[in-house]
Amino acid sequence: MSDITALTAKQAADAVAKGDLDPTELFEAYRAKAAADDLNAYTWVAGEAPAGDGVRDTPLGGVPLAVKDLFCTEGVPSQAGSRILEGYLPPYTATVVQRLADAGAPLLAKTNQDEFAMGSSNENSAYGPVLNPWDHTRVPGGSSGGSAAAVAGGSAPWALGTDTGGSIRQPAALTGIVGLKPTYGTVSRYGMIAFASSLDQAGPLTRDVTDAALLFRHMVGRDAMDSTSLQHPDAIVLPTAQRLDGITLGVPEDLTGEGIEPGVLARFEETLKTAQELGAKVVRVALPHAEYGLSAYYVIAPAEASSNLARFDGVRYGKRAEADDLLSMYTKTRHDNFGDEVKRRIMLGTYALSSGYYDAYYGRAQRVRTKIAQDFTSAFEQVDFVVTPTAPTVPFELGSKTADPLEMYLNDYFTVPISLAGIPAISIPAGLSEELPVGFQLAGPAFSENRLLDAAFALEQAIGFDATGGRS
Amino acid sequence: MTHLDSRVVIDREQVLHVAKLARLELSEDEVGRMATELSGVLDHIEKIGELSLDDVAPTSHVVAIDNALRPDVVGPCLPREVALSQAPAVQDDGFLVPSPQA
Amino acid sequence: MSAIEYETVIGLEIHVQLATNTKMFCSCGLSFGDPPNTHTCPVCLALPGSLPVVNAEAIHYGLMIGMALGSTLAPRSIFHRKNYFYPDSPKGYQISQYDEPLCLGGQLGDVRIHRVHLEEDAAKLVHSGGSGRLHASDASVVDFNRGGTPLAEIVTEPDLRDATAAAEWLRMLRATLRALGVSDVNMEEGSLRCDANISIRPVGTTELGTKTELKNMNSFRYIERGIRAEVARQTQILRAGGEVEQETLHFDPRTESITSLRSKEEAHDYRYFPEPDLTPVAITDAMLDRARTALPELPGARADRLQRDHGLSADSAHLLAFRTELGDFFEAALSANGDTPAAEPQALANWMANELVSRIGADVDPADTKVAPAALAQLVAMVTAKQVTQGGARQVLDKLVADGGEPGAIVAAEGLGAVGGADELAPIVEAALAANPDVAERLRGGEMKPIGVIVGYVMKETKGRADGGEITRLVRQQLGL
Ligand SMILES: [Mg+2]
Ligand SMILES: [Zn+2]
Repeated sequence: MSDITALTAKQAADAVAKGDLDPTELFEAYRAKAAADDLNAYTWVAGEAPAGDGVRDTPLGGVPLAVKDLFCTEGVPSQAGSRILEGYLPPYTATVVQRLADAGAPLLAKTNQDEFAMGSSNENSAYGPVLNPWDHTRVPGGSSGGSAAAVAGGSAPWALGTDTGGSIRQPAALTGIVGLKPTYGTVSRYGMIAFASSLDQAGPLTRDVTDAALLFRHMVGRDAMDSTSLQHPDAIVLPTAQRLDGITLGVPEDLTGEGIEPGVLARFEETLKTAQELGAKVVRVALPHAEYGLSAYYVIAPAEASSNLARFDGVRYGKRAEADDLLSMYTKTRHDNFGDEVKRRIMLGTYALSSGYYDAYYGRAQRVRTKIAQDFTSAFEQVDFVVTPTAPTVPFELGSKTADPLEMYLNDYFTVPISLAGIPAISIPAGLSEELPVGFQLAGPAFSENRLLDAAFALEQAIGFDATGGRS
Repeated sequence: MTHLDSRVVIDREQVLHVAKLARLELSEDEVGRMATELSGVLDHIEKIGELSLDDVAPTSHVVAIDNALRPDVVGPCLPREVALSQAPAVQDDGFLVPSPQA
Repeated sequence: MSAIEYETVIGLEIHVQLATNTKMFCSCGLSFGDPPNTHTCPVCLALPGSLPVVNAEAIHYGLMIGMALGSTLAPRSIFHRKNYFYPDSPKGYQISQYDEPLCLGGQLGDVRIHRVHLEEDAAKLVHSGGSGRLHASDASVVDFNRGGTPLAEIVTEPDLRDATAAAEWLRMLRATLRALGVSDVNMEEGSLRCDANISIRPVGTTELGTKTELKNMNSFRYIERGIRAEVARQTQILRAGGEVEQETLHFDPRTESITSLRSKEEAHDYRYFPEPDLTPVAITDAMLDRARTALPELPGARADRLQRDHGLSADSAHLLAFRTELGDFFEAALSANGDTPAAEPQALANWMANELVSRIGADVDPADTKVAPAALAQLVAMVTAKQVTQGGARQVLDKLVADGGEPGAIVAAEGLGAVGGADELAPIVEAALAANPDVAERLRGGEMKPIGVIVGYVMKETKGRADGGEITRLVRQQLGL
């Protein structure tokens, strides 16, 4: 076999099953690439391949997995992109990582990310920014920027990410790969270092839709350790659809238009045409409250984060700043070891929950969330999927948006309302603009992943995106 | 809520109060920067003040799951040395912290 | 002019450690003085990525408590996060219940219950001397064994009016919880902890005064003394024209002094919000049935039954019902002869309350003494049958407490049997009258007081085994009165 790392994960798994490919050789090939990575996509790379025997008859055939740093992995640094967890070695492994390892996807590496998943450019990592494999002067998106760059760059066959407001879909779009944000609750959060508990959801970042379906199939399932997890009603199947006959795509009039780059809009409209050629109907659909999504999100997520990050107090693990009294130990530890964006959101969230402001901010945001969920429910009475550009821009230059947090937040304009509604969405490459990847997002009703993957697969075949521009 | 009607401006005092609640030390210039940035973001967030939502129930869970309860069965605990292994400071088999009284 | 009289208003907040097998949100077994940090896991250490899961048995116990207190059981309740930084709170927040608790309202005795909710206990902060790493300043060591132990917090309405009543009511609550079997309810060991909200107001006014919260008094005595001390402090302040300020206080039983506690977070702002890691608890019929069938006879109901079935006075019934161990001994004694009561119930109750308890000690379970229930019943029966006098019986009880045994045998062995019939007693009375002619004269004159001399003479002759009533009867007879 020529370059075994050119195979998709599914192709590699099939080759292993057939006996045409040695899983240890495959692991080694990727390990070497990951170790030589020049995108700063990784925070840890496995020293050696796990004992190869046994994986041959597993469903995932030993195809190695890159895992976002915020998933706890026993005895392996799990730092969530933060200084405060530098060198932290968890005594346990996240449920989803364990499930995938049991299914035959061993841990290849931990990937760089925005600190505690707070960011859209991966510039908020304590371990340095990640470079976009298509253009090293540009960001890969975030917060799962390391996972996206690893897969797009070809140093990992597939990767695990998390999506709170777009952190899988937006980096997938900006690096020309596939990213799936599942229905909230279908994948266990146990062992996933929390950003915003009511929004966080793990999902796959892969080279194509088939790989996304294959990985997702082995991620789902109720976990007794996560009260908010549930059994997916469907067995996840690999997509096969070639056409979109009878499918209606809804374009939210309230969302599109808002500061979208012309090149991005062009790719979006081309993709709509492609869909119509495949037999889909395209209509306008109203999501009257979606425009309030970002505002609600930037109350809810920071509020939950301010509480979730209180455990980083220098007592049981992580960094501690020495001080003679408890209060200074707390305040110095958190000042010295949290980054600016994390501090900003902790402050924002603490303020929004503080007495006198709860009703005006958190209380209201939770009600807006209800409205947004209702918008989608009624939209799905008219259409099968809601479609938007995944992000309003192509990958932007490193440092170009760090000055103004608000401008950075706007990059999640299309992904955030979907997160608030807890519904599944997938981003697939729609082509290039200025030689840079553009993503197309499809969102469906809760638990519609099988249909979503099928539709995405049909489009993917028709678009025939050329990903080689990202391969190093 | 009056502060929703007009442009929100967070002043130094509020920043310091919130920082205290959040156990965050802030340097002088951080306090200033924080005040400007928070005011900017909150001003954008004010958008949700436009909506009338009195009849709307808040959503804290997007999935409806009730009684995700756990049977009262004892499971394994961490060996003490493992529990303490990542602690910045340990004494007398416990996690050492500066005295709250100090 | 006379000083204003003040009325005390007290509400209690009781934290009860539930006797489940595992902690509130993780499967660590509860710890009872085990070596530090040997009962922890990723959840109760708040390791990154860990998540809480509610212990079903804690909900079950919570429902039993709610039923026992006559609360309204919320069909749907949720958990909130109470955010504060302290080393005993590993997550930086306590998972508790806020505006949608498990149980609302209710009543025990004449005190109304405000609410009952579930939460998790804090870890233990052990003060340690100066340590190398921390220069001169003191340090503390955290032990997370207790952290996450299930707690039921019971909050009363401000219905109590003085320290004694507060302690009395708390005993009633403890007896109820003990009967439920949901907790060890041991104040010294901290499985029952009580805070008191105390305020005073001029007698006759209805508006509540500013309250202070007196924390963690770990014995009934301390609660009474603590509340008294705080009421005195507040009265002094108001009398001096000052104002009571709302604060959290600590009572030091050694010095009887009240000191202000530095609050966990100077600016008290817990930033409560619904715990996103937990889903609502929705009570099912199955859960209600299970709790209902698990309810034992509660002290209140037992008191009613003892009055109804055995004609006991309210006081006796209350004592025997709320001191479960006395009630059990009483019922065992009563049924010593199977269906025919082994002794007259009220007499038996009186002997237990007045004689037995004073001999074995107020807090001792009679079942743990040498006195067999059947023996006490027999003794009381002999008194009623005048086979032994009250005085004689007291001596027999002394023996039973000391060495146990069987009353009949002891009476025989010690010759304590009552000097029974007239035939045996009449000559002694006659001798007594003969020996005291002046007394006999005054008695004939209708003066009854000096009869004591005769009774004394006869008692001396019979070593106290005669019955006073019988002596009087014979005297009247022999003097033809
Ligand atoms: Mg409490
Ligand atoms: Zn535990």
